[in-house]
Amino acid sequence: MKRIFCNAAMLATGAVILAAPALAAPVAEAAAEAAPAVFTPTAEMVNKGDVAWMMVSTALVLMMSVPALALFYGGLVRAKNMLSVLMQVLTIVCVAALVWFGWGYSMAFTSTGTPFPAIVGGLDKAFLAGVNPGTFAATFSNGVYLPELVFVMFQMTFACITPALIVGAFAERVKFTSLIIFVIAWLTLAYFPIAHMVWYWAGPDFLPTAPTDMGLLWGWGALDFAGGTVVHINAGVAGLIGCLIIGPRIGYKSEAMPPHNLVMTMIGASLLWIGWFGFNAGSALESNAFAALAFVNTFVATAAAGAAWAMIEQITHKKPSLLGAASGVVAGLVAITPAAGFAHPGTAIILGAVASIVCYFFVTTVKNKIGYDDSLDVFGIHAVGGIVGAIATGVVADPALGGQGWIDYTAPVAVAGEFDMIGQVITQCWAVGVTVAWTGVVSAFLFFVLKYTLGLRPDVEAETNGLDISEHGERAYN
Amino acid sequence: MKFIIAIIKPFKLDTVREALSGIGIAGMTVTEVKGFGRQKGQTEIYRGAEYSTNMLPKVKLEIAASDDIAAQVVETIQATANTGAIGDGKIFVLDLASATRIRTGESGETAL
Repeated sequence: MKRIFCNAAMLATGAVILAAPALAAPVAEAAAEAAPAVFTPTAEMVNKGDVAWMMVSTALVLMMSVPALALFYGGLVRAKNMLSVLMQVLTIVCVAALVWFGWGYSMAFTSTGTPFPAIVGGLDKAFLAGVNPGTFAATFSNGVYLPELVFVMFQMTFACITPALIVGAFAERVKFTSLIIFVIAWLTLAYFPIAHMVWYWAGPDFLPTAPTDMGLLWGWGALDFAGGTVVHINAGVAGLIGCLIIGPRIGYKSEAMPPHNLVMTMIGASLLWIGWFGFNAGSALESNAFAALAFVNTFVATAAAGAAWAMIEQITHKKPSLLGAASGVVAGLVAITPAAGFAHPGTAIILGAVASIVCYFFVTTVKNKIGYDDSLDVFGIHAVGGIVGAIATGVVADPALGGQGWIDYTAPVAVAGEFDMIGQVITQCWAVGVTVAWTGVVSAFLFFVLKYTLGLRPDVEAETNGLDISEHGERAYN
Repeated sequence: MKFIIAIIKPFKLDTVREALSGIGIAGMTVTEVKGFGRQKGQTEIYRGAEYSTNMLPKVKLEIAASDDIAAQVVETIQATANTGAIGDGKIFVLDLASATRIRTGESGETAL
């Protein structure tokens, strides 16, 4: 459960500033009752089962990038660009891991050394300063901790996959060096602040004495279990901006560009599904019933989405396609991500199926009507599926529908808060809006700067010959 | 001697081959080819993007036969590769000037 719950007053108003007066009273009381003894987590608060599960989850999420996403995307491009996509994903994972070590973790998961602690963290833990086997990271339970290094690694894999998702939008036509520079800048200016705003909070044992030590969207009460806003909407919107600024592929709409190997796409989609258990169930941060709930939902929502896409193709053109079912699977995984630990499996199935149908309509109809070349449908599946999931989370989390509601962590021992579905949906929309606006502006700025400096696009000859040979000097199949 | 080129539907290859073996044809060359005729192409759809391919996969047989069985070869292929639908293919017969078996140097009909 990544950073989810918050104070009821904030939830209702949807704005941390408006909520400030409401907060003042309980804070004063808390201070008076329990003298603010500084809470110090110790090694005894670490559960070996949690540690084992989180390290396995970390490896599973890495597998989602390499090879799963790389193969999923790679199969969809033409043979002459296969290696370029694999190389982009692999290099982005390497670079993002180093950036995360360098300054990403500190910017995302601290609130010190910064003028805007609700927006982004400072550099106090840059290069993992002060992080060692004797430091601990909070979970969602009072008195339960993870070694901080485990949390650093788990979150690192999210920072690795998010920029890698973007490349599908402008696959087959981007300069490698410019792309890597974009990724470093985008992580710094878009991913880390948004991860901080959505996921950062002090932890259940610290919140009663530091009730404002949290990211902006977390403070609003936005629910995002495993990264619908931070990962999928964030990457999907950046991809859309990128493909609009870079422009369509040469020959788009005039020549056939069928996927060169759907077998690889199938392998990639399947490995994504497996890895996603680490992504979603691992986001519970503990090896407990909420992890199990996220696990179940990741299974059934995805199954419903894959079946729904195949069914709608059977109805519309009598031939259910493998690519369709695989796309449905990914759309379902994206949509259930923010709701994984909140929804009842029954509503998760409905959410998966609905998201799949919306994405189907988007990539087959809306995209063709508008005419932009989002080559591998990063926007159509990740942003659209992510937005459907993020907003629907406000509905399926409702305890009246079997959901888990939200927990008020400002109490000394966390208790369930009162759920207001309309208010929650509005909060979810605000979180989506902030994410879209933030990443949209940052991405547009970065892409324009690169376009007019280093250039974003290889020349016509290089693009026609294929990026494998022109950018990387090798061919996938000999 | 005749050189017979037949373009047939790929799934008919085994049937045709067996039938030709039955009438004494001891060898042939088979190639996977693409082309179009009256059957035109087929439509592929990838996430709503429709591509009509105007080339369809076919199999090309090349058979060298002595004059006395050439007509029978053509009849056999015509009978066994036939589905009654467009796209069944065509058979061409050319005069063959010479044939040589590389291993022995034999030439003419003994080389077939």
